[in-house]
Amino acid sequence: MSTTTVAHDEVHHDHPSGIMRWLTTTNHKDIGTMYLTFSLVMFLVGGAMVLGIRAELFQPGLQLMNPDFYNQLIGVHALIMIFAALMPAATGFANWMIPLQIGAPDMALPRLNNWGFWLLPPSAILLTLPFTLALFGIGDGAIATGWTFYPPLSVQGGIGVDFAIFAVHLLGVSSVMGSINIIVTLFNMRAPGMTLMKMPMFAWGWLITAFLLVATIPVLAGAVTMLLTDRHFGTHFFDAAGGGDPIMFQHLFWFFGHPEVYILLLPVWGFIPQILQTFSRKPMYGYKAQVYSLWAIGALAVVVWAHHFFTAGMPVPALLYFMYSTMAISLPLAVLFFCWIKTMWKGSMTFETPMLFAVGWIILFGIGGLTGLVLADVAADAQYHNSYFVVAHFHYTLFAGGIMGIMAGVYYWLPKMTGNMYDETLGKWHFWLTAISFNLTFIPQFFVGLAGMPRRIPDYALQFAEFNMISTIAAFALGLSQLLFVYVIIKCVKGGKKATDKVWEGAEGLEWTLPSPPPYHSFTEQPVIK
Amino acid sequence: MVRGIDVHYMEPVDNTDSLKPKTKAELESANAKLAKKMVWVAAGSLLFAFALVPLYDVLCSITGLNGKTNNEASTLTKAKVDTSRNVTVQFTSAVMPGLGWNFYPKQASITLHPGKIETVLFEAKNITGQVVVGQAIPSVTPGIASVYLKKVECFCFVNQSLKPGETKVMPLRFFIDPALPKDVSEMTLSYSFFEATKK
Repeated sequence: MSTTTVAHDEVHHDHPSGIMRWLTTTNHKDIGTMYLTFSLVMFLVGGAMVLGIRAELFQPGLQLMNPDFYNQLIGVHALIMIFAALMPAATGFANWMIPLQIGAPDMALPRLNNWGFWLLPPSAILLTLPFTLALFGIGDGAIATGWTFYPPLSVQGGIGVDFAIFAVHLLGVSSVMGSINIIVTLFNMRAPGMTLMKMPMFAWGWLITAFLLVATIPVLAGAVTMLLTDRHFGTHFFDAAGGGDPIMFQHLFWFFGHPEVYILLLPVWGFIPQILQTFSRKPMYGYKAQVYSLWAIGALAVVVWAHHFFTAGMPVPALLYFMYSTMAISLPLAVLFFCWIKTMWKGSMTFETPMLFAVGWIILFGIGGLTGLVLADVAADAQYHNSYFVVAHFHYTLFAGGIMGIMAGVYYWLPKMTGNMYDETLGKWHFWLTAISFNLTFIPQFFVGLAGMPRRIPDYALQFAEFNMISTIAAFALGLSQLLFVYVIIKCVKGGKKATDKVWEGAEGLEWTLPSPPPYHSFTEQPVIK
Repeated sequence: MVRGIDVHYMEPVDNTDSLKPKTKAELESANAKLAKKMVWVAAGSLLFAFALVPLYDVLCSITGLNGKTNNEASTLTKAKVDTSRNVTVQFTSAVMPGLGWNFYPKQASITLHPGKIETVLFEAKNITGQVVVGQAIPSVTPGIASVYLKKVECFCFVNQSLKPGETKVMPLRFFIDPALPKDVSEMTLSYSFFEATKK
């Protein structure tokens, strides 16, 4: 590629085939496909773990596993879903779609891109390997602290903690590299005439995500490194006996951890409006208002972290500050909700699968947001902290708001990526099964949480039995429904009705001007935006 | 590319950065430059994470945010006892895992005037068969009161070593700074003993 001029790039198709193609590829579409495939596989792995958790919670008492293994499943489920399923899915879309949406021939730093992906499989292995090692009598299993690594438990834990620390290091390096690549691409590679305020909303969502990642992932890396030196090299960062403070870890962790929530959601807030405008057949409402709201949320995200541990002890002025600043996030978010609804208002709407997911997403993510406001209230949080109410809340934001949003994107762009239409009937089945079983899984958890059932404990009081039984049955239905999702994707990749270039009648944007599937090298001549 | 400059010169446009055509080499060097900047940002935030450790300590010792008391001997300079109010100080104790001691305060609480020096006693007993060294870590609730609890003498200033079966009664001499906010009339001083034997 380096020897030819930009205009002649499309004649060079001498990339290696077979496994070497995927190992050495620097093509944004190949890398995007690898990210999305990896994400889907890890989504199923993390899902299988949580089915183990739900099976244990089917009845009160301990039936299937000892509490330590239960704790390992909880922590690894969360780490996998966050770092290996949701984040790579968003990065996969970024790789596939950002160059197509901004009229760029590829990502700005293709080799870095390849490296960023290939750090992921080793870190997934690091996370899950301790389970296997324990079978051979090495160590005592995976990290059992929950995904938050709180000391002193994480300082006392077994080798699973060390594995998880190194996995987080690798995942962090990978995310930072991916983010730098996206920032550089968006600033330097836009088609002539595409000003920042003409960028597609998905590009905006990712730009802010990328800045948040570059600013906060290193703080997590620093915090877990301190944990590592506390564990093995005699430092006392979090050891009270040596003058350290375990609460400080919570500050460091959530300084990363709260922005992380928006890192997971901002890309989705980017492409959902695009889906809404496509299937409402009218322009996106309030483009500028949405961009400014995304920025406002990105900025507020880094100054509200301590609401995750109100009950750890804080002076009243600090409690009030973190309560009010957290609640302030609901204002730009309300602007976004208004814009999403106004985009659909009086539109010629049709409800293909991506639109079903997008509309369902607005409602379910709205529930997640509103229950978050309850938890942001210091007085209420004292009651609901560490209860199943919290579990239900963050699954409404991260499963409905994150993963169901990603699914909307998958159905929206799958015909563009594969060139084939997916099976619309099965897609609709997948949506309804997912939406219904999701609600049946988590609505009972709100109830048991309000009644006082604590999270992260494998046993519970008898009065919670019925709700937990409903939740477990629905969780298995939710898990099995995702096999349908896998089937629809495989079927679509293998064949089906040919997709047109535009795919959707109301689709707007540069990616829909290319053939479906787009050629291996696209936009080698950049389009000019008027 | 000269052509690019010409176009730019002849017909000025509103968005100069995105309409300027770039050669491949220009683009690659611009990409590398911006990427390097972002690496510096990432390195800066890693540094920031470690800088937060001393920052956190300073912030806490000024504000008492985490209930830590000043672990150095204070002297009562302005010997002005505020007899107009009483403050109740409660004492609790904890022994952390790994330390084979019994440890408890000899009195549950005392009530005193701010500015008056009082002595209270704690008792520790080594119930193991070895010499064990422990370190007591204090914490005050509410956190805001912690900076007003001043210690003249405390067993927590240094490590304590107990021989097998030895019992030790340890004094704490302290006073409450009269500047304590008026709305605080009660506080709890908690000591956790940690194992500090050199291995």
